[in-house]
Amino acid sequence: MLLAELANLPGVSGGEKRVRQAIVEALAGCPVEMRTDNIGNLLVRKGPRRSPHVMLAAHMDEVGLMVVAIEKSGHLKFKPVGGIDSRVLAAKRVRVGAAAVPGVIGAKAVHLQKDDDRKKPYEIEDLFIDIGAAGKEEAEALVKIGDYATFDTAATPIGSGFWRGKAFDDRAGCAVLLQLLRDPELTGFSAVFTVQEEIGSRGAITASYALQPDRALIIETTAAADTPGTGEDFSSTVLGAGPALSVMDRSVIVDREMLTELIATAREAGLPFQFRRFTGGGTDAGAVALAGEGVKTAVVSTPCRYIHSPHSILKESDLQATAALVKAWLLRGER
Amino acid sequence: MPVSGFKIKDVLMELSAATGVSGDEGAAIDVAARYFRQYTDRVKRDRFGNLIAFKEGKLPAGEPRFSLALAAHIDEIGAMVTQIARGGFLRFTAIGGIDPRTLLGQAVVVHGRTPLKGVVGALAPHLLAERERRKELTLEKLYIDVGLSEAEAREQVRVGDLISLDQEPVLLNGEKCCAGKAMDNRAGVAVLLQCAAELASMQHRADLYFIATVQEEVGLRGAVTAAYGVSPDLAVAVDVTHGAAPGLPDHEVHSLGKGPVIAIGPNIHPALGEKLHALAQSYRLPYQIEPVAGNTHTDAWAFQVSREGIPTALVSVPLRYMHTAVELLNLDDLIAAGQLLAFLSRSLDGAFWEGLSCY
Repeated sequence: MLLAELANLPGVSGGEKRVRQAIVEALAGCPVEMRTDNIGNLLVRKGPRRSPHVMLAAHMDEVGLMVVAIEKSGHLKFKPVGGIDSRVLAAKRVRVGAAAVPGVIGAKAVHLQKDDDRKKPYEIEDLFIDIGAAGKEEAEALVKIGDYATFDTAATPIGSGFWRGKAFDDRAGCAVLLQLLRDPELTGFSAVFTVQEEIGSRGAITASYALQPDRALIIETTAAADTPGTGEDFSSTVLGAGPALSVMDRSVIVDREMLTELIATAREAGLPFQFRRFTGGGTDAGAVALAGEGVKTAVVSTPCRYIHSPHSILKESDLQATAALVKAWLLRGER
Repeated sequence: MPVSGFKIKDVLMELSAATGVSGDEGAAIDVAARYFRQYTDRVKRDRFGNLIAFKEGKLPAGEPRFSLALAAHIDEIGAMVTQIARGGFLRFTAIGGIDPRTLLGQAVVVHGRTPLKGVVGALAPHLLAERERRKELTLEKLYIDVGLSEAEAREQVRVGDLISLDQEPVLLNGEKCCAGKAMDNRAGVAVLLQCAAELASMQHRADLYFIATVQEEVGLRGAVTAAYGVSPDLAVAVDVTHGAAPGLPDHEVHSLGKGPVIAIGPNIHPALGEKLHALAQSYRLPYQIEPVAGNTHTDAWAFQVSREGIPTALVSVPLRYMHTAVELLNLDDLIAAGQLLAFLSRSLDGAFWEGLSCY
């Protein structure tokens, strides 16, 4: 499965090379033109440019950690890259640096904590990465300051039609975009695999400047809170109900015309969809919409539980429905 | 003195990967039993579930037989399903001392009709006010998501089904260290096997019992019946102790890679403890000393007061991040611990154990 292959690769913001290489390899033999820009985005054109010029985008990067200090004991202090809830970090496995050095995220053993401390969730300052080095020198032979660490998680099918894994945000979008680029029925559009979305959509700024699209559709992965303790009104999205269409978030107000088109497309094609019932969070759409003199922009997302954690969960049917909706929308534009 | 054909890392990793939550240790015991059969005369399970491997000692004619039990618990911490909630999510309770704050985003296996892979979740962070996010993360706030609808979950899972951490072990820093779930106390079981393998080429007078005890994490229960049933003349419990890590005071922890940890204190028979120090010194094995002022919270506590009392000692392996999915230890410490116990087995004679009652 394409999603699993992409999700298992390390690609923390600013270190997306392995993901980019995998995507380039996956596009070998496809009738596309590709280039990498100065910040690391992979810009792809399939078929002749049409009017309006459509750009699809998905981001390659994932949230992760960066080594910021190596302690005398050989333990590594780290900072988060992108938004990570520090409560998901304790006792998880990681891979550090280009050599994928295995490590674990440690904290003071619970037995040795005072009662008051046990009641507090772990904060980043309480945690460190342990690579089994007996001291600073041994650690420095294996890793260096500035190395990225990713969750050491292998994507696995679970339950009835679900996947468990890291970095589905937004390798799920990358998988959809790859599938569309490889689809022989689709041509005449641009696609961009962006970098550094998680720290402020840095890649999307330069990619949309370079491509100057008329319309952009951002293919994302968005949080689903269809889980215990959350009132239905606050679920934002639900797994199994199809792709989520954004109306507004912290970064963008979605172009009405495109949103209307996407809804009509889904209805005509009999595809499931839902609205993203939450106005927080942001995506590459914010940067793309402001490129040049402005770009009409919309966002379609695969819903996903526990994003930005070592193990997120999505439903494969939602991923397929996301791809089907974008495909139908592209074909509709040709009519 | 390397033992041919016995690789502690392979044994430890196989033991760590096997499931054996307290009360249902069968799968882990099967792995251990397979190895013990190679190095001992006979292997059995007692009525409570403990695995007992026996190896006869060789005595000069006419000397009274005596026995040494080496015990390590084989059970691991885990959890149990308490409710199949709306939407097919599973509520659970802990088996043994698990830190709920290490569980968010943790992969688990729910042992339903078939093993079900899942993830521990809680209220999504973007829905929590910052004040709320800083509050205690208790078990009640957590649930397990196995990617099943409520109807499917009810079909596959029953209240009472066990849950184990889903984490393969990994070697670190070359092959110096190993991290994974259940190292507490598969490490101890691996040490017993290391000892048994060493003894393949050593003579010993004592009859030896290698015991993998069950239900230690819920109150040293297997050790209670094993100690009574085996009724050894001497016992050494093998367990893990806290390894040095940032933020911990030196006097509460022991360094990884600096050898096994020999406990002293009221739980330990002074002469047996002293014997272990002396052996470590004379064979130039690295070792550390752990003073414990009372309960060691290990099987040694149960052995010491079995029947009319058993002279008992405790040898531990330093380990970091106890009771998590990433318990981390140094493999050299395990080897040295196994060798120390082999030297103890070899050195014991009738005079020594008869002298133990003379304080």
